[in-house]
Amino acid sequence: MLQQIEGSKAVAETIAACMPDVVCAYPISPQTHIVEALDELTRLGKIGNCQFVNVESEFSAMSVAIGASATGARTYTATASQGLLFMVEPVYNASGLGLPIVMTVANRAIGSPINIWNDQSDSMSQRDSGWIQLYAQDNQSAADLHILAFRLAEELSLPVMVCMDGFILTHAMEEIDVAEKELVTKYLPKFTPRQVLDPVDPVSIGAMVGPEAFTEVKYLGHFKQLKALEIIPELSSEFEEVFGRPAAGPDNYKGLVTKYHLEDAEVVLVALGSVLGTIKDAVDNHRKNGVKVGAMGITSFRPFPLDEVRKSLKHAQKIVVVERAFAPGIGGIVSSNIRTALSGIDIKINTVVAGLGGRPITLKSISELVDRALYGTLPDFSFMDLDVELVERELERNLLTRRSGPMAENLLKDLGTR
Amino acid sequence: MSTPLKFYQVGSFAVGNRLLGDEQLSVQSRSDRTNSLTSGHRACQGCGEALGARYVMDAAMAATDGKVIAVNATGCLEVFSTPYPETSWRLPWMHSLFGNAAPVATGVAFALKAQGRSDIRVVAQGGDGGTVDIGFGPLSGMFERNDDVLYVCYDNEAYMNTGVQRSGATPPAARTNTTHAVGENPGASFTQGKNLPKIAMAHGIPYVATASVSDLHDLEEKVTKAMSMHGARYLHVLVPCPLGWGTKSEETIKLARLATESGLFPIYEAENGVITETKKIRKQVPVDEYLQIQKRFAHLFGPKGNPEIVKAIQAIADRNIAEYELLGERQ
Repeated sequence: MLQQIEGSKAVAETIAACMPDVVCAYPISPQTHIVEALDELTRLGKIGNCQFVNVESEFSAMSVAIGASATGARTYTATASQGLLFMVEPVYNASGLGLPIVMTVANRAIGSPINIWNDQSDSMSQRDSGWIQLYAQDNQSAADLHILAFRLAEELSLPVMVCMDGFILTHAMEEIDVAEKELVTKYLPKFTPRQVLDPVDPVSIGAMVGPEAFTEVKYLGHFKQLKALEIIPELSSEFEEVFGRPAAGPDNYKGLVTKYHLEDAEVVLVALGSVLGTIKDAVDNHRKNGVKVGAMGITSFRPFPLDEVRKSLKHAQKIVVVERAFAPGIGGIVSSNIRTALSGIDIKINTVVAGLGGRPITLKSISELVDRALYGTLPDFSFMDLDVELVERELERNLLTRRSGPMAENLLKDLGTR
Repeated sequence: MSTPLKFYQVGSFAVGNRLLGDEQLSVQSRSDRTNSLTSGHRACQGCGEALGARYVMDAAMAATDGKVIAVNATGCLEVFSTPYPETSWRLPWMHSLFGNAAPVATGVAFALKAQGRSDIRVVAQGGDGGTVDIGFGPLSGMFERNDDVLYVCYDNEAYMNTGVQRSGATPPAARTNTTHAVGENPGASFTQGKNLPKIAMAHGIPYVATASVSDLHDLEEKVTKAMSMHGARYLHVLVPCPLGWGTKSEETIKLARLATESGLFPIYEAENGVITETKKIRKQVPVDEYLQIQKRFAHLFGPKGNPEIVKAIQAIADRNIAEYELLGERQ
């Protein structure tokens, strides 16, 4: 049933419909509304016998999830930003153990400087953690992807992160069709774990593995990720049959990517997450003026759909990757993955880092990107709407005096006195 | 029984099982013991932790009709028991990380609760490093929430698995590879220390106890009692380490006993934050007797020794004796 509902609330109600046995969480903005709602739903008895565990840190949140999942419980947690970093050790452990935990990452910047607003540095830092990563482009897909995530996780015995842009999605009110429990039950069968702590059949989970089998265990983690590339399209079409809409949102293709006017596009903008909405508006505007622009979204960033990306982009002349995170010292993260997909094909790829720490990505800025890409004036790697003057003043200070002071404070002072 | 048995082996105070009535037999002496940590593992000769863990787990299994799930922190116990494919565990067992045995056990406990399996119980275990240092925050969280887990710390007073480095449980003056016995203040410094049983008691959890591999009957009894209760329970077991302490393999039990008899390691139990029972010292010994036979304290003795430091350690023992009232008639 369609309802006007906050993204976080929609996710919480969807999780409730998935009937988890254990939900554990530590509060961090902008994830809080999700777990607050889940606490209430648990207490009201809306999630059966589900146990909601308030832990004392994200490290423990993921650790509780590991213990619960290994005992055969359907397990969910949510985090963001510093919280994700604080749980990195058990995050890797969960995937190494092959535990089908589902976690929402309400994407937020990573400090320092401390910043609560959106970008995707947090989940991007965990792209090689062995977790599957799905990125939601709107709140309908943010909610729906969680249902698919549980199914996928339990099918593969691998944990899945559903990444949704903090505030932009988590705190936005939209009209959402929150999946009904009956339908979810139809789509998501009872959890049958591959490995479980059980006195009747005692096993050792998490034993030490030396060089004789470590590579093989790691290979199997990679193999399962590649297997996900086959399974996600199947689960996506099944989702569409049951719920009457694609889990990954509009313009979805096999649940792996989204394609918007790619057929004849000369310039293609590539992005992950909510910025795709703005990008599609820019595409529409340019199309009205006869410019052949298209957009591609990546829903499944891990595993990375190399074939689908290659097929989708190989006829483009110019590709602009809009990234909400970057790799200092080299540049783009998503774009280097795109380059791998397009290896051997000579297409110009520009990387634009945008929307860091909550800076708005405006339609105007995106439209300018398209123009500059068309005119060939876009650098290989650039930061959208960078305040060059602010940067130069700090660099000047650095030259003038050794003890130039804390960078962030200097910049804020400059902004205040400008 | 009206008159308690008092036939002791010479020098050890251990009573032979053959002299006990059936109801007083230890779990370990029974033919139906579960051998939860079975033979063939790779612990060092004389390992106090292997001995302690075997008694703890078998007692826990006996108390629960064989329905225990064990969660293990990284450390010697985890490493020597599970080099694939040679696991020594004959019960459902899980290892995740160094610092998260407590919350993983919490997860197991809540999963069991969600599944309505109140018959299956959870025991978490770790060394002193995993407990008082890296796993301390999560353990405190587990205590505060009163999660239904028995957490057992096998305290050998340093990071032995990584090659004997100082932990928060390393006693003053002890030599480790990060507290060398050189310079003005040789060995570990005299700090406030981190008395985890006391900290556990401060959480007001249902049950806290200390125990030692020198009194395995007592250890078993405490595990049995802990398993009869619910909520967060904590058991701190002193387990000498021949490698890290520089002691003879055959003297592990003797060392554990001297630690207690000197007053350095008080044995007691507490319920809801209040001490309910203290084991009196049977025959008090000066700390020298305990310290002298350990290479980690060798720098305190001999011509270049440091009697002042020994005196300071004796003062700690004396404070314990006074605080826990360790002298007096044994019950």
